[in-house]
Amino acid sequence: MKLFHYAAPQYFYPLAGRLWPWLALLATGLALAGLWVGFMVAPSDAQQGQAYRIIYIHVPVSWMAMVIYLAMAFWSVLGLVFHTRLSGLMTRALAPTGALLAFLSLWTGALWGKPMWGTYWVWDARLTSMLILLFLYLGYIALTSAIEDPRRSDRAGALVAVVGAVNVPIIYFSVKWWNTLHQGASVSLTQSPSMASIMLTGMLLMSLAVWLYAAAIALWRVRSLILERDSHAAWVQQLPEVLVHRAHRDWRGAA
Amino acid sequence: MLGLLRRDLRLALRRKAEWMGAVFFFVLVAALFPLAIGPEPATLRLIGPGVLWVAALLASMLSLGRLFDADHQDGSLEQLALSVAPLPWLVSAKLLAHWLISGLPLVLLSPLLGLQFGLGSEALGMLALTLLIGTPVLSLLGAIGAALTLGVRGGGVLQSLLLLPLYVPVLVFGTGAVDAQMRGLGAEAHVSILLALLLASAALSPWACAAALRLALE
Repeated sequence: MKLFHYAAPQYFYPLAGRLWPWLALLATGLALAGLWVGFMVAPSDAQQGQAYRIIYIHVPVSWMAMVIYLAMAFWSVLGLVFHTRLSGLMTRALAPTGALLAFLSLWTGALWGKPMWGTYWVWDARLTSMLILLFLYLGYIALTSAIEDPRRSDRAGALVAVVGAVNVPIIYFSVKWWNTLHQGASVSLTQSPSMASIMLTGMLLMSLAVWLYAAAIALWRVRSLILERDSHAAWVQQLPEVLVHRAHRDWRGAA
Repeated sequence: MLGLLRRDLRLALRRKAEWMGAVFFFVLVAALFPLAIGPEPATLRLIGPGVLWVAALLASMLSLGRLFDADHQDGSLEQLALSVAPLPWLVSAKLLAHWLISGLPLVLLSPLLGLQFGLGSEALGMLALTLLIGTPVLSLLGAIGAALTLGVRGGGVLQSLLLLPLYVPVLVFGTGAVDAQMRGLGAEAHVSILLALLLASAALSPWACAAALRLALE
């Protein structure tokens, strides 16, 4: 099996380096297409007028904010079970993006809420649970950055990620469990979509773009984390980019 | 295990100021709300259950900092980790002692405070029942946070940041039960979920705590 081969940072670093530019490129292309469909092609909504168009941002980032937490929990379980060094780094690389997307979800939701509901914020179940998800991300980031020892930091973070993952289903089902202001899901796997197919296309394009963006930025970030963690390892010293950097520094020192 | 339970209880009884602190905090926070919001009986009855639950939650979090701290500093935590008895069981004993000295008094006091907020007898009973089920969950979840932040600088703030998201379901269903009872809707569903939270956290938290403690001791 080739998978565990890449669990070593040494081999994952070049793989991530090859992957992320392509993912970023694809994400940009899909985002442009999604925005074009969403803002130019799709008609305005019968009830919500033009303001509904924020779903092309709001829904994809909200989905991804939840998915990233589950991905962090997945990596954490792998790390706790198999003691793979990469897992902690991947979890750490995903967290800032998750926090950013949760924040964007709250922000775009507030901007949508003002024209639709007449208020930026209500203590509705889904809004509140999204806020809590943001706090979970911030808690993870704060804990892992407060612990100096990398091994302890990774494993403590993994515990938080796994325990906190219990909250994600609560957020997801909150719309069903509490009948408050937030509307129910418009897209589901079991029923035919309740929205026009052109709107759905735009939203799915944007969702795919956010997925790829998150993957690209996480891989990009994990490369920096690997370099930082393994900075004394021989293989890092042999990397062309490190050699170039060192030569540059020496040259400046000489001049 | 029993020995550890007895030791923790005896230590706590000798340092009365520590556990009395959490109880006084609970009473004081509850007393501050009528001062801040105004003594309107209808308003107080409305906010009473929520205020008491939040006060209990904060009091529980306040006392958690000391759960492992003293043992960590004098080295007895390492001795516990090295002992033949499995660490999750020892953690459970410590947690039971912690709840008996800091959680149970809150449960016993809550009807009295609820009375001051003008709650009816049924609501008072439900409040005490939900706190009886809920405060052990707070201790169990809180212990994970306390173990994770053991010996970390700025641990107190970090602990609250980690714990508040986890405490939210307990708070929602605890206050929801009292609210449903006051509206005459029946609180069985809420109480069942609280019990489920208690069972799940009692089954999982000691293991998570033990893992976190071993990390802190390395």
